[in-house]
Amino acid sequence: MSSDPNPNAIRSSIWLEVSEPDNPFAAKAAYCGGYDVYGEMLGDARWVEMLYLLFRGEAPDASQANLLEALAVALANPGPRDPSVHAAMCGGVCGSTAASSLMAALAVGAGGLSGGREVFFAMRGWAQCGTALDSWRTWFDGPHVLAGDVWPEPEHPPGFDPYGVTTSTPVKQTLACLARLSPGPRLPWLQANLAALESMTERPLALSGVAAAAFSDLEFAPEQGEMLHLLLRLPGAAAHALEQKPLGYKKFPFGTVELEPGSSKEEA
Amino acid sequence: MTAHTKGPDLLRHHAGTLKSSMGTFYAGSHVIFRGADLHADLKDMDWVELYVFGITGRRFSPQQLRVMHSIWTYTSYPDVRLWNNRVTALAASARSTGNLGTAAALAVSEASIYGRGIDMRAITFLLETRAKVEANGGAGNGDRAVIEDCIRSELKQRRSIAGFGRPILDKDERNPHMLALLRTFGLDQGPHLRLAFAIEEELAVGGWRMKMNYAGLAAAIAADFGLSPREYYLFLFPAFLAGMQPCFVEAADRPEGTLYAAACADILYDGHPPRAWATRHGG
Repeated sequence: MSSDPNPNAIRSSIWLEVSEPDNPFAAKAAYCGGYDVYGEMLGDARWVEMLYLLFRGEAPDASQANLLEALAVALANPGPRDPSVHAAMCGGVCGSTAASSLMAALAVGAGGLSGGREVFFAMRGWAQCGTALDSWRTWFDGPHVLAGDVWPEPEHPPGFDPYGVTTSTPVKQTLACLARLSPGPRLPWLQANLAALESMTERPLALSGVAAAAFSDLEFAPEQGEMLHLLLRLPGAAAHALEQKPLGYKKFPFGTVELEPGSSKEEA
Repeated sequence: MTAHTKGPDLLRHHAGTLKSSMGTFYAGSHVIFRGADLHADLKDMDWVELYVFGITGRRFSPQQLRVMHSIWTYTSYPDVRLWNNRVTALAASARSTGNLGTAAALAVSEASIYGRGIDMRAITFLLETRAKVEANGGAGNGDRAVIEDCIRSELKQRRSIAGFGRPILDKDERNPHMLALLRTFGLDQGPHLRLAFAIEEELAVGGWRMKMNYAGLAAAIAADFGLSPREYYLFLFPAFLAGMQPCFVEAADRPEGTLYAAACADILYDGHPPRAWATRHGG
């Protein structure tokens, strides 16, 4: 659809490549946000510095890099009970392709229950309400999606655990760690106002809620936070898919289906 | 277990045996599909008929099923430039698998400017507008003032009317063929289709100049067939599929990596000029 004189042009403010003199299709140097990736960053930059630079266009300072790295550790493995990891393992146990296991984890981990969309919704909450407690009170009621959206309306307050009784220990530990590392203001405020927010939602905070506050403190937009949340939860899905492969489907839950009364001529 | 059960009790209640009204298979014996034996009761079903039966649990007339087939057929374009098709072709060009490329292509077909994102909005807008027209005592052709209000409200909220207007051209080559087919079967007088034309007319009178596109027409047909937005959304999942596989085949037959090959100079960079990594913190 481009009207540019060069029909192959790809616009980017992130990435610049300089070609080798003997081949216009091979890069001699690649610059990310102006930094020489292979000439200077490689061997010196941390993975999270590269991530932050890609999404924000500037290198993070030390506190931002430390916060993102701690968040990445907290999100790296949702564990084999998580639906997204379960989906990846469904690929692993039957020998599906590696990419399909990750695609399965992404699809299931994209939604409004612990997934990327929940982080997106919660980050919009931070953008709209900030650290004003009363604003959150009305925001939680929604609606969070417009009629006709492909995403369903959240069935619980975004960032909170619909099935929790009290704040789980890992969530408390993650919030305490990230609030200490955060340049603020959201994570420290969330920690200070946790009881009030949990009372408001009648639900305990979830890890997705901590992640949304952390991404917001790192100045990511909701769309960026959603994307990073999807990305940072993949390592566990990949590892568990591989772990299940040699075990096979016989050692993986299959379950028993019982047909509902009246749903068949011959009920099981 | 009560309707008020919540928290871990609700999870505990659902653990173990999976209750289903949709079906199950009995290994080596038979399969129950929405209450019927797949290989006995449903064995002669057309695939699209089975597909919509699986989604809705309802049966449709042969004429309606023929139209449903054509909704998919008429929008199957083997053009590699189309963004979803390009995904499956790029997968082939990069020597990935057909399943991965096509699954990803179908996933990206849930876009906000085409595909499922527009389809959901289109049928929702038609159903909501019709409900408002009916509430106002409209008689099928619609109440112009109500329709205009709905258009203004949707434009204010979304800045566009899904199903009307088109990013490339304001003329949709699929519509005349679909309308001709509907006329053949006498299915061209449904209330949602007439409403869609009334909306098109109101858009013209109001100076918005947005003609009904294929998404608007297909959504009106689906609404006239009684599909809910979710049923319609699921029905449309394979809509572009037949156009995708030719793109995969052609790219797979070409030398690897030659589809949309881009030279370094093709990246039009407008970001920060080169700077030293060591100076990133002002050092």
